[in-house]
Amino acid sequence: MNRQYIIRRLLIAIPSLLGISVILFGILAMAPGDPFEELATNPAIPPEVRMALRAKFGLDDPVWQRYLHWFAAMMQGDWGFSFQSRIDVDKLILQRLPVTLIVVGASQILAISVAIPVGVLAAVRPYSIFDQIASTFAMIGFSLPTFFTGLVLILVFSIQLDWLPFVYRADINATGWAFYAEHIKQSIMPVVVLGLAQAGTLVRFMRSSVLDVIRLDYVTTARSKGIGERKVIVRHVVRNALIPVVTLIALQLPAVFGGAIVTEQIFRVPGIGSLLIAAILANDTPVVMGVTFVFACLVVLFNLIADILYGWLDPRISFR
Amino acid sequence: MAGSTPASLSAEAPVQAPAVAAAQARKARSISPALETWRRFRRHVLAVTGAVVLLILVLAVLVGPYLWPVAINDIDFAAKLQGPSLAHPLGTDDLGQDLLARMMYGGRISLAVGFAAMLVALTVGVLVGSVAGMSSGWVDAFLMWLTDLFLALPTLPVLLLVMYLFRDSMKKVMGVEGGAFILIVVVIGALRWMPVARLVRAQFLSLREKEFVEAARALGASKVRQVVQHILPNALGPVIVVGTIDVAAAIIFESTLSFLGLGFPSDVPTWGSMLRDAKDYLDIAAHWALFPGAAIFLTVLAINFIGDGLRDAFDPRRVL
Repeated sequence: MNRQYIIRRLLIAIPSLLGISVILFGILAMAPGDPFEELATNPAIPPEVRMALRAKFGLDDPVWQRYLHWFAAMMQGDWGFSFQSRIDVDKLILQRLPVTLIVVGASQILAISVAIPVGVLAAVRPYSIFDQIASTFAMIGFSLPTFFTGLVLILVFSIQLDWLPFVYRADINATGWAFYAEHIKQSIMPVVVLGLAQAGTLVRFMRSSVLDVIRLDYVTTARSKGIGERKVIVRHVVRNALIPVVTLIALQLPAVFGGAIVTEQIFRVPGIGSLLIAAILANDTPVVMGVTFVFACLVVLFNLIADILYGWLDPRISFR
Repeated sequence: MAGSTPASLSAEAPVQAPAVAAAQARKARSISPALETWRRFRRHVLAVTGAVVLLILVLAVLVGPYLWPVAINDIDFAAKLQGPSLAHPLGTDDLGQDLLARMMYGGRISLAVGFAAMLVALTVGVLVGSVAGMSSGWVDAFLMWLTDLFLALPTLPVLLLVMYLFRDSMKKVMGVEGGAFILIVVVIGALRWMPVARLVRAQFLSLREKEFVEAARALGASKVRQVVQHILPNALGPVIVVGTIDVAAAIIFESTLSFLGLGFPSDVPTWGSMLRDAKDYLDIAAHWALFPGAAIFLTVLAINFIGDGLRDAFDPRRVL
């Protein structure tokens, strides 16, 4: 693994982060309406004060100057102040971020551990009954919108069977094992909803990737050396087939975070997704911008990780 | 299609009387690419089923309101939250409004958004992809950087951000329903063109070096003519496949937005907003959520299967 490759990837990530910040700021700047509208409707604040505030915050400056100010502030960790919660946006986001990362991470682990065996088994015997059933279910999984799966799971497991709670609670008053048990119990449905949607896509990726690799000559060589079929698949085929899948998993992440927003909203998980929706419904612009920027950073970060992993898994890439 | 497999075409016609065989051969020679694709598409049972289901759904939402002329906002508190009955085949909601009528109305919106957003995405994608594919150097590099940048945007958060910032002013300019429609279509299209652009560019890079394009160039065809007459028609197959999948994705995005309360205003029934309203009544009126959810799922699944069938039909390497 050469260092040059990692540095090059890092240097590519920076302009894309800058570009994203330009796009986000551009959307905000183009948007009609005034950030001080809240003050305009407030009778206690005279118009002169509002104008002075406008001048102070540089709202009458040219766009590029406002962008530079905004960007400099974001870089220094000054993300603004939430109108609604009355605390700093970065603190608010940091409070909520771990929950989202845990839910998304757990659902990815679930999706990967379901999808890889199923995809490999389907590809080893293409067009068999198992393959057809797996492909059909993968298609169903990837056509089911997360909000509908979530509601159906609530209907079955919370309302009909009464096994699982459908509201995620952060304030569980239990200690020790009971605390963790409750947490796991209430996380099952959000994680499953998000994981299954992801697994459908991954099964299709994995299947086609294994199908590509399994025809290669080195697999035939391995077989002709008398290595058992099981070992050929696990040690020789799957390892190489996983390489493109790693990239595809990272490229899917924008969609996963989108799914997380919906899932958090349905199950009322206190993550940044539900924070985004709540902020939108409460017209809390600093929080909306902050959360969107965090999502963008996460996507760029995971793309970077995937690129570096890809170079590590497939050394041919990093020497190009 | 370039390089489609006539082997399977002749394999279809067994030995026949010479005259018939000659007629068959004449017919076979004049077979158009579209007809050939259709012939291959027909072999894909699930895709044909999907096409039939989609056709029924489209007919239902287009013709249905004439056969079931119940107003979508006919409030009847005496019949609220009722399950399916003869008077209300799909039951009623919390205001006693007829769900069948609202489903048909919402279906029109969902399908229209899906197709319109797909057209926007395809237009932008084909334009960017063909410009990048025909020009080399910095134009190509810049357009591809832009494409990668948009690919790194977190789709749903950005979609929510734009809807949040622009919804009210669009409502003023275009009216409640029209404003939301145009905004949703444009934004979904603007966030979905990137795969199309990459695909078109890749196709162009290989096609523009092919002999038939060189021949056209040698005959003095202008660049526009080379693209429109020779390259684009040959690059269209995969683009149609991606376009099909895009319809499904746009329908899911629209329902997600409406489900989160940021799509169409809540008095306009779409499948997503019906689910949003229904989710608080899951325990007493499950049908209210299940019908629109199932409609979204069925539509998306049908379209995805059609896309799968088209992919196989357009793949010249595959003998069907």
